[in-house]
Amino acid sequence: MNHDAQLRIISALVEHKPGVLFRITNLIRRKSFNIESIAVGPAEIPGLARMTFTMFSDYGQFDQVIKNIDNLVDVRAVEPLEGRRATVRELALVKLSPGAPATRPEIINYIETFRGNIVDVSPDTLTVEVSGDPDKINAFINLAKNYGLKEVARTGAVALSRVMAYEEATARW
Amino acid sequence: MSGAQAVVECLEREGVEVVFGYPGGGNLPIYDVLYDRQNLGHTPRDCRVIRHVLVRHEQSAAHMADGYARASGRVGVCMATSGPGATNLMTGLATAYMDSSPVVAITGQVPSFVVGSDGFQEADVVGMAASVTKYTFQPLHVRDIPYTMKAAFYLAATRRPQPVLVDIPKDVQQAEDEVEFPTNVDFPSYRPLPDPDPTIVKTIARTILTAERPIILAGGGVKIANAYRELQAFAELLVAPVVTSFMGKGVFPENHPLSLGCMGMHGSERTNKLLPDCDVLLVIGSRFSDRTTGKIEKFCPNTKVIHIDADKAEIGKNYKMPIISLVADAKKALGLLIREVEAGMMGRFRALWVKRVQEMMVVAKTELDGDGSHLSGVETVKMLRRFIPTKAIVTTEVGQHQMWCEQHFPVIEPRTFISSGGLGTMGFGFPAALGAKIARPDVPVFDIAGDGSFQMTENSLATSIEEQIPVTVVILNNRMLGMVAQWQRFFYKRRYSAVHLGRSPDFVKLAEAYGAVGVRVNTVLELESAITRASRSPVTTVIDVPISPEENVVPMLPPGAGIKEMIIG
Repeated sequence: MNHDAQLRIISALVEHKPGVLFRITNLIRRKSFNIESIAVGPAEIPGLARMTFTMFSDYGQFDQVIKNIDNLVDVRAVEPLEGRRATVRELALVKLSPGAPATRPEIINYIETFRGNIVDVSPDTLTVEVSGDPDKINAFINLAKNYGLKEVARTGAVALSRVMAYEEATARW
Repeated sequence: MSGAQAVVECLEREGVEVVFGYPGGGNLPIYDVLYDRQNLGHTPRDCRVIRHVLVRHEQSAAHMADGYARASGRVGVCMATSGPGATNLMTGLATAYMDSSPVVAITGQVPSFVVGSDGFQEADVVGMAASVTKYTFQPLHVRDIPYTMKAAFYLAATRRPQPVLVDIPKDVQQAEDEVEFPTNVDFPSYRPLPDPDPTIVKTIARTILTAERPIILAGGGVKIANAYRELQAFAELLVAPVVTSFMGKGVFPENHPLSLGCMGMHGSERTNKLLPDCDVLLVIGSRFSDRTTGKIEKFCPNTKVIHIDADKAEIGKNYKMPIISLVADAKKALGLLIREVEAGMMGRFRALWVKRVQEMMVVAKTELDGDGSHLSGVETVKMLRRFIPTKAIVTTEVGQHQMWCEQHFPVIEPRTFISSGGLGTMGFGFPAALGAKIARPDVPVFDIAGDGSFQMTENSLATSIEEQIPVTVVILNNRMLGMVAQWQRFFYKRRYSAVHLGRSPDFVKLAEAYGAVGVRVNTVLELESAITRASRSPVTTVIDVPISPEENVVPMLPPGAGIKEMIIG
């Protein structure tokens, strides 16, 4: 992989039916990319789904995968999304086992800083819901390692391209 | 009607004349309907009776459908049962996929309520075929079958033609329901190619007209788009030489004064050397295969490359930086380019370049080196060109004989040369020849073969006899896997590993055992009379031509070398 390898995002609008996800992931697999995250859900148009993939790749290979995905019969539209020009969000559930009760106020303080919610509490564990861009979630998980991190479940990034920036819009006309 | 009846009626409505197939537990209902049609005259009015060609191995069914498609430009259809029947199709589908050939494969599947339980003769065919087809269907209701079948033919034949697989569970074949046959299908995510962008066409026309040393590289895409006439007219208007890839062989008559023959690993040495000297290279319908370009980083570094292709994923895939690219049908693009040129755009006068190109012209020699009492591989191919009429269809297998054909068998008429270029499938040529013969019963069909390749699908001899599809197989028999041996000779210090095939079988006796004509020839005269007799024979002829195992295909571009760095001999 070349020097310009980085985490890249693909957003695809596809027919919501069996086999479509398989065809797309099969293309990505053929290029030996590891899918970092994947999120699928119904789109705004009935019968269509929006899929968001993230993966590490260089630009050339990524561009080729996008073209190949675009060629698939069931893919309505596909676009690469750059962080700068897209809204990217992810949700994670993080289970902690903080140990000594004295540390709890400290943890809760951090959770508030990250605008997380405690969604489950047991005598030994706390489960926190935190959402935001993937970097923020990484930061929270790193922090949580100091407080008895037990389990993490992440949804994977979902992303939409931003409304065209003002400058771009005016430059066009 | 039943699902099976719907399947057959769909084939009839598509105008399918022949299905190459093999029955089994998973597709019995479809074969039962074929029995109705063929033996009881149940074919609907206005539809012709579909001919079924019983193969001896499903791989050959796919190759026959592929050969039929390549010879005719129409969709070829093959059929197999579930499990092993369907898995045997895969090599054939992959072959068609790589060379962009429209094939529809219909496979039986275990009943839908058994799918996923490892039932007898169950294989995940839809999953398996995903990488070697444009699309796969698995209709689960009888009422879905007509739409599915219509869509399968539509997808296989449009844009970049490729195989499509329809996998039908046995219970769906058996179930009864009301069905309606749609007249067309709509895929919102898959639309026909748009017309070429006129602005880009203008830019291309201007660039190539003002070029000093232009060359046109035509690939298999020109054949698929049936754009031979346009290509020739455009090349003549521009007075620009035309080189082809191996898949493009035949899209431009190789005896034309502007033909530079084939380029690539075993292309003409002079053409390969001339190529980097051109200032503008117009590439139409070629994907810059590594076999065509040599090491892509060393390919024409100082040339402006223009790339026209029907598949946008080909733009920038292998050749990264075309100065202009156009996603378009080759016929339409060339048509518009011709119009631009005829509209009076002024071109350069290129007398020097044309003179130089014509000095480089590859004049196919049909003279013999010796007295004709012994035939080498190259001489056999040269003589075959002399004895086989230009309108005849020639298929090849894969290996040395195939590359000798590239070098020494000029193709004059389009769709008369059929070979597995992309996948390089040994065993393709003979079944493809049978498929081609059904598509074009009016012309003689020849399979130029090697002894290794022919043994991969030689059981198709039974099909050719029983179904009365006479073709001629010419085996260049060196008792070796010649091309592999050549690589071992050049690149592995003559350490010949597993390439000796020995003297078995005796191909003459083998042919006779099947009821075909077998003949062994050693001299040019014998070859000529064997070809003449075979062309008139009502049964298939196998001509065994013993040649030396030491002969090489030269010149050769070693793997990883740039286009200029050929091994001469």
